[in-house]
Amino acid sequence: MPRTKTLPHKRQMVNKKPSSGRRAREIPIAPPCLDPRGEELFEMLNEILPPDLKSEIGVCVDMVTITVPKESLVQVCQFLKDSQNLLFNYLCSISVVDYEESEQRFEIVYHMVSLSTYYKVAVKTSVFSADPILPTVTSVWRSAEWFEREGHDLFGVIFLGHGNLSPLLLYEGFDGFPGRKSFPFHDYQEW
Amino acid sequence: MQVDEKKNETDGSIDLMINMGPQHPSTHGVFRLVIWVDGERIIKSEPHIGYLHRGSEKICESEHYSQIVTLFDRMDYVGNLNSELAFCLATEKIMDVDVPERAEYIRVILCELNRIASHMLFYGVYGLDAGAMTPILYAFREREKIQNLFESVTGARMMHNYIRIGGVKDDLPIDFQQRLHEVLDHLKRGIEECDALISKNEMFLARTKGVGSITGPDAIDFGVTGPALRASGVAEDIRITDPYSIYDRFDFNIPVGTYGDCWDRFYVRIEEMRESVKIIEQAARELPEGDISAAVRRIVRPPKGEVFVRTESPRGDLAVFLVSDGSDTPYRVKVRAPSFANLQALEQMLQGSYLADAVLILGSIDLIMGEVDR
Repeated sequence: MPRTKTLPHKRQMVNKKPSSGRRAREIPIAPPCLDPRGEELFEMLNEILPPDLKSEIGVCVDMVTITVPKESLVQVCQFLKDSQNLLFNYLCSISVVDYEESEQRFEIVYHMVSLSTYYKVAVKTSVFSADPILPTVTSVWRSAEWFEREGHDLFGVIFLGHGNLSPLLLYEGFDGFPGRKSFPFHDYQEW
Repeated sequence: MQVDEKKNETDGSIDLMINMGPQHPSTHGVFRLVIWVDGERIIKSEPHIGYLHRGSEKICESEHYSQIVTLFDRMDYVGNLNSELAFCLATEKIMDVDVPERAEYIRVILCELNRIASHMLFYGVYGLDAGAMTPILYAFREREKIQNLFESVTGARMMHNYIRIGGVKDDLPIDFQQRLHEVLDHLKRGIEECDALISKNEMFLARTKGVGSITGPDAIDFGVTGPALRASGVAEDIRITDPYSIYDRFDFNIPVGTYGDCWDRFYVRIEEMRESVKIIEQAARELPEGDISAAVRRIVRPPKGEVFVRTESPRGDLAVFLVSDGSDTPYRVKVRAPSFANLQALEQMLQGSYLADAVLILGSIDLIMGEVDR
């Protein structure tokens, strides 16, 4: 007689929800620890970044971050690439992070490195869940093309002005955005 | 291979659309490339990826930190240890863990061996791409020695799960130094043999010299990294320009190409193997005694924050963007895969070259589809 056995503590493969029943744990925050190069960049950015771009310079662990509104994103990127002191000529990656609970749901993080001055910086911008639209940076770096396509594929963020946002990792006609936190992990019909 | 003819409306010439893949032996995995040719010249190409998309980044969000290492093994399945290292470095950075010296040295030795193994595989397969059967036999002979050594250290030939957060899983076996020296002796001879076998072969040169060139600034613009970027004359190696782990203690060079063509991309990798041997020799000489892992709990809860760690994998800049919300699973893991970005430049490299060279150009990027699709 076949016996079916269910594991008592089988972990549910669902998206993480804040546990309400448990004792609340105070969550520590990783302290900033810039290296000398990072501090140099931090000071330089404070000096030379034009104030009309409404950018905010901060530090996250070991990385200098520039938070910009999406309207001035392209100008900031172009400035970082062209400025003779910085020369951020290499866009390392574009990551989309889904902060489900936040009003500005999607944070798009551009990590860039300069291959002549060897500074590195992260540019961050946020978009609302209702209209996740922001301008493309493919005019600044051509490598943004696939990174943005991936972001559109998995998170449904629309990069305005990008020539070809057709599915890259998913197949044509895939329903939904599997990168989002709200996308069910196991409870969907495969194929 | 599927061929589709279409008459060009403007000048009456016929453009052929040729479909390569996804099941094609020379695409190194499930990769589809659509090529439009005018006669023998490629006028346009379009890579299609995603056949191996497993949603690794999404799976990471529901796994404990220590469980994710195995997922990273399966991303770059030829340079496993290098991928493991990238994730562990990111987690260690956000947790601010000091890794013991011995563990760092073990990591460097194994990662560099893995780099040689990966380049050896490239060398053999590239020979096949060019129509030479012999190189793969030599390459696998050398690679096998490294794999055997890996097996004695990690217990597995490919999916090691050996590098852990805070250190490594186990200490080295007692006879490791002796075995390593044997392997290195074989390798040094083997690399020279492999180099002599094909690199300066006239037919091989004719097939690869001046084929699929890309300039340095173009390569940077496309996000190309690793040997493919260095072949274009850009001296960029994260192990030197932005050192991680203990790479700043070793003395080695960055091999650089000149023209950024297929031969340069091929030869940079051969030179890199020699440099890796140098690193391993230095590391093995200085290998200290001591702990192999920091005191890290099995289920770690890193503080809230974000880190971005770049490492030099055999294919280029393998970066991990890790967002932690303070819980036992990461909030977001984004992998910046080198093959993914390198593949973007394929269109540029193929443009205007002969159809017969398409396979060679594709092979010279050294794609790993597990990493491209994640």
